Amino acid sequence: MPVVELNFSRLQKILCNPTSSKNKNNKHKTSATNTPISKKLIVQTLPFLGLDVESESQDDIRIEYSPNRPDYSTPYGIALGLEGLLGIKKGSHTLYIKKDTHTPHYKITVDSSVSHIRPFITAICAKGKPVDDDLIKQLMIMQEDLHLGIGRKRKKSSIGIHDLDTISFPIRYTTTNRSHKLVPLHHNNDDDDDNVNAPSMSITQILKDTQTGKDYSHLLGSSKLVPVLLDSQNQTLSIPPIINSSNTTVTTKTKNLFIEVTGLHKDDIEDTISVVSTILSKAGFKLYQVAISGSKNSTPNLSPTKMKLDPKLVNDTLGLQLSQNQIISCLKKSRLDAYSLLHPNSPTTPSSSKSSITAKSKTKYIECIIPRYRFDIFGPMDLVEEVALGYGINKLQPKLSPSRTIGSTSIVTDQLYIIDQMLIGLGYTEVLNSSLTSADTLYKATNRILSPFLSSSVQQQQQQQQQPTAPPISVLDSKSKEHTILRDSILPGLVANLGSNTHQPYPQKIYETGTVFRMGATNNTATSISEKMHLAAVLGYQNANFSEVKSALQSLLKMGFNIDIKTKTHVAAPTSSRNDYDDDDGNVTSIPTTTAPSSLFEHGRVADIILSDHTIIGIIGQISTKTLDHFKIRVPVVGFELGLTGLIFD
Amino acid sequence: MSQVFHDIEKQIIIQLSSLKKATPQKLEQLTSLSPDQIRRGVEWLRLKNLVHVKQTTKTTVSLGSNGIQAHKNNLPERQLLNLLQKNSPQKISALQQQMPSQSFGPAMGLAKKNGWIQSSGDTISLVRYPDSLPEEQIISLIGNSSTDGNNNNNNNTNGIPLDQITDIPTYHALKKRPDFIIENTIKSNTISFTDSSKRINFDKLLSSSNNNNNTSTTTTSTAPIDVEAAVPLTFLARRHPLKETIDEIREIFVTLGFTEIVGSLSQSSFWNFDALFTPQDHPAREMQDTFFLDKINARKFASAQQINKVSTSHKKNWRYLWDIQTSKKMVLRTHTTCITIKHLAEHKPDEARLFSLGSVFRNEKPSYKHLVEFNQVEGVVIGSDTTLRDLMGIQKEFYKQIGITKIKFWPTFFPYTEPSLQTMVYNEKLGKWVELFGMGIFRPEVTKPLGITKPVLAWGGGIERIAMLKYGLNDVRQFFSNDIDWLRKRSVS
Repeated sequence: MPVVELNFSRLQKILCNPTSSKNKNNKHKTSATNTPISKKLIVQTLPFLGLDVESESQDDIRIEYSPNRPDYSTPYGIALGLEGLLGIKKGSHTLYIKKDTHTPHYKITVDSSVSHIRPFITAICAKGKPVDDDLIKQLMIMQEDLHLGIGRKRKKSSIGIHDLDTISFPIRYTTTNRSHKLVPLHHNNDDDDDNVNAPSMSITQILKDTQTGKDYSHLLGSSKLVPVLLDSQNQTLSIPPIINSSNTTVTTKTKNLFIEVTGLHKDDIEDTISVVSTILSKAGFKLYQVAISGSKNSTPNLSPTKMKLDPKLVNDTLGLQLSQNQIISCLKKSRLDAYSLLHPNSPTTPSSSKSSITAKSKTKYIECIIPRYRFDIFGPMDLVEEVALGYGINKLQPKLSPSRTIGSTSIVTDQLYIIDQMLIGLGYTEVLNSSLTSADTLYKATNRILSPFLSSSVQQQQQQQQQPTAPPISVLDSKSKEHTILRDSILPGLVANLGSNTHQPYPQKIYETGTVFRMGATNNTATSISEKMHLAAVLGYQNANFSEVKSALQSLLKMGFNIDIKTKTHVAAPTSSRNDYDDDDGNVTSIPTTTAPSSLFEHGRVADIILSDHTIIGIIGQISTKTLDHFKIRVPVVGFELGLTGLIFD
Repeated sequence: MSQVFHDIEKQIIIQLSSLKKATPQKLEQLTSLSPDQIRRGVEWLRLKNLVHVKQTTKTTVSLGSNGIQAHKNNLPERQLLNLLQKNSPQKISALQQQMPSQSFGPAMGLAKKNGWIQSSGDTISLVRYPDSLPEEQIISLIGNSSTDGNNNNNNNTNGIPLDQITDIPTYHALKKRPDFIIENTIKSNTISFTDSSKRINFDKLLSSSNNNNNTSTTTTSTAPIDVEAAVPLTFLARRHPLKETIDEIREIFVTLGFTEIVGSLSQSSFWNFDALFTPQDHPAREMQDTFFLDKINARKFASAQQINKVSTSHKKNWRYLWDIQTSKKMVLRTHTTCITIKHLAEHKPDEARLFSLGSVFRNEKPSYKHLVEFNQVEGVVIGSDTTLRDLMGIQKEFYKQIGITKIKFWPTFFPYTEPSLQTMVYNEKLGKWVELFGMGIFRPEVTKPLGITKPVLAWGGGIERIAMLKYGLNDVRQFFSNDIDWLRKRSVS
C-alpha cells in the first residue's frame, strides 16, 4: 500500500484554515476553529478514515492509504477527510473552476496524429498561491503516487506540472519525430543546478540515456512519432508520458501552475485531473478552465455526479436504524452532499410486497452528490460504506445472532484427522514442508529422476516410454531459489528434514500429509493440473527396517480404513495407476499415484504398495545410502508414500 | 528402600554388583551401552546417592626404545664392563668399535665415575666388575612385566604401576637417560556403590530385570520406591503446532455454524482475480506478487455466461479491454476467497455459513514475517438479514474463543468487499494494536455477475499470525523449519 508522510504542524495549519479556498463564504464559522486540532485527536481519527498509521514521531506521521483513494496522497486530501469526521466542515469540497478570461485563451488543440499513440489530454490552470519548496515536494509526491497507482506506471495517465507564466497559449498537442530536441527536466536528481546549462537532447537520446526515458520508453511502442506539447511560440513543454522540458520548470519563483494529463482513455485522465484539481483547490489555488478541442477530445467536465441511495439498504447492511436525516448527516461527514428526495411513484419499486403501503406514504430516497474525484464510488454499496464511516466505525456495536446453520468439517479434513490420530499413536511426529520447493530437494539431493508421466492405459504408457519425462511444474520469477517448483512427492522433503536433524536423539519418526502436483491432460493451448493429497512417513534409527515401517503402514490402513495392503517388488518402469478422478475444474484426468521412483530407495529394498485388486497406491522401502550420505544421515531410514485422494476420499 | 530404575541404571547396577567397582570403560564392555548412556546412567545413580565416582590418577611406567634395548642387550655400562672382563686392558678405539656409538660415551662416563675402570692414555683397564646394578633391577622389573612382545612400542604403554618401584633415586636417574623410561599418567573414574546403596536389594532388582521379558506378574515389586527421584524427559509423537492452531480455528468455525469447503491450490486467474473484481492491470496480478505457473493455461474454467458477465462488469466499471487469455493464466491461489466465490457461484445458497481453510501463496522473499506459502481461513455468511454488525459479532466471538478479548474495528479497503473492515487486536507482549483478520460484504460487482443475489458477508485472515501469538514466536519461518527438537519439546501453547 502506498505511504504518505504528514507533518503535524502543516496538517494542523491546513485543518485550522478550512476557508483557504473560499474565505468569504465562511465568516460565520471560522471563529470556532481557531485553536489547532490536537495531535492526539488527529492520530486517533486517522484510522477511522481507513488510514493505517505506519509510524509516528514528534513532528511527523507516516500513513498507509488505500490505492482506491489517491486523494489521500497529500496532506490536503487527508485534511479534507479529517475535517469531515471531526465535524469541522461537512459536505463536499466544491470545485470552483473559473471560466477563462485570459487573453489569449487557455486552450489546447489536439492533432489527430496522437490518436494512435496517446489520444487524450486534459488540463487545468491553478493560480494565486505562492509556491514554496514544501509545496513543490508535495506536488511531486502526489504526481508520483498518481503515476504509480491510477496511472498504472504512467500507462493509463501521466501528469505534467508546469510554470503557467512560461507558456504562450494556445498549446498544441501533436506528434513529432524522434529527432526533435529539447532540454529535459532533471526532476530525478535535484542535487545540483545542472539544469541551467543542461544540453538539449533528441528524443531518441532521452529515451536511451535518461533514467525516465529508459523506464517509460516502452509506452511509446515502436512508433516513429511521439506525442509532444508545443506552445504558440513552438516551445516544447513536454514529451508525454516521458518527461517535461526544462523550459517550464516549477521553481519557488513560480506563482501559477499549468497541469496537463495525457492518457489512453478520456475517463482515466479526467479521474486524474479531478484529484489534482481537488488537492490544488484545497491547497488554496484558484482553478481556471483550459479548453480542449480536436480529435475526440473536449474540455473536461469536473462536475459532480448524482446517485440515489435507499435508506433501507443502509440500515439493512449496517444493522442500524438510522433516520433519513441521520444518513444524510453521515454522508456529509464523509465529504459528500446529500438530500432527501421523494421517490417518484414508479411501479418498478424494488421493495417487496409489504412496501405497497409504504409506497403510498411517499417513499423517500436520498440523493447523493458525489464530487468528481470520488470515482472510487461505483454504486450504492459504496455509499453505504461512506455512511458507516461518517457514522463512525467505533460506534458500530458488534451483535451476535444465533447461527441458523449447523457447521461441519469436510470429508477430507475428517479422514486426514484419522490419519493424524493413528500416526501419532504409532509414534510419528507431524512435520510441514511447503508444496513449493526446489529441484535440489525433489530430485538432486534425493537422487530421484524426473519420473515418466504415468497414465492408465497401456497405449499411453508405451507412448510415454518414448517421451522421456514430464516436466515439473514451475512458477515464474520466484523471489526465492528454494521455492521454484511444485512438489510431485512428499518423501524427499521428509528425508531432507531428517538430514537437518542428525544431531537430535533417535529414533526419529516423522510424517506429513499434503498436496502434490502433476501435469494433467494437455491439449493445444491448455493443461490441467492434478492435485492429489499424499501421505508420507519416514523413520530412522540404528535398527530401522523395512518390516517396521510396513507394519506401521499396514496397521494404519487396516485399523483406520479397513484397507488391506500388500507389498510387491517394485519395478522401475511405469506401472498401472488408479482410476480416473475429477479434478477441481471438472476435468476427468488420470493421475499417477506413485510418484517416488525407486532411485530414492535402495535397490532390492523397495516395493509398490498394492491393494487386493493389484492397484498400486504407493511405494515403500529403505532410503538409498547415496541419499543418506548426501544428508550425512548415519542411521538407516525407511519410509513410504501413498496417495490418499481416490483411496480414502475423492 | 527400593527404587525404580531406568534400564540403563539397571544394567550398570547388575555389573557393579559382581564387580564391586568398575571403570566406565569396563561397564561399556560388559553392557551394550554407549559411552554416553553409561555417563548418563552413572550420573543419575550418583544423583540418587547410590554410587560413588572416584576419580583416580594412575601412573604407569614402561620402557622407551633405549630401555628396551638395555633390557634385551644389557645396559651400555654393563656392555662395556663385559667387554673389559673378557679382555683387559683394551684400546679406547677398539672398545668403541664393539659398542653402539651413542651409548659408548655415557657408558665410559658412568664406569669411570663409579671406579669400575681406569684409563691411562688411550688404554682402558677393568678395576672392578659389579655383580648387579640397581638400574638393571628396575629395567628388568619394568621389562619383564610387558613380556608378551616388547618388540613394539605400543606395548610399552602397558607398563607397570609407578608405585611398584621402590628405589626412587635410581629410578629418577634412569628417567634422565633419553628414551629409557616412559611415564604414563591416566585419569580414570572408578564407580562403586555407596553405603546407602547397600540397603537396596539388588538381587530382587536383578531378578525383576531378568524377568523383564516375561509376562509373569509374580515378581512385581511392591516395596516403597524413591518417588522423588529425577527422571529424564520422554519424547512423544505430536501434531505439528501450526496444525494444532488450525484444528482449533476449524473447530471454532464449526461451533459458530460454518461448514467447510475445500478446493485446489492452483487456480485460474479468472477465479483468483477476475471473479473478485480485481482488474487485469491491477498490481496484485503482476508476477512480482503472484506465482504464475510456467506455460500453463487453464482449460474450461468457467461457464460462458459467467465469463461473459464477469468481463462485462470489469469493462463497465474499470473501463479497459478485458482479455480472456489473461484470465486463463494459472496461478497458485493468493487467497482462499477463490474457493468461496467458486462455490457460491455454483451453488447459490440462500442461507449458509461456509468456510475454507488452507495454503495460499505470495511471491515474497521469505523473512521473519513473510512466507511464500502460508495458511488462511475465510468464512462467509449468506442470508437475507445479515448485517455488518452481525459480522462484527461473529468476529468478536471468534476472538473470544481463541482468548483475545481486546479488539477494535477499523475501516479498510479490499477490492472485492464494500464496506470493508479490519480487526485490530491488542498484543500484550508488544504493547500495541496489531492487525489481524479482515472482513467485509462482497461487492455487488462481484456477486451480481455470478448470479448471487443475497448479501455475502466474508471474514478471514492469516493463521500463522495467530499461531505466532499462541506460541510466542517472532519468526514465522519456525513453523516450516521442522526442527525436531522444537516439535518434540514445545509446550502446547
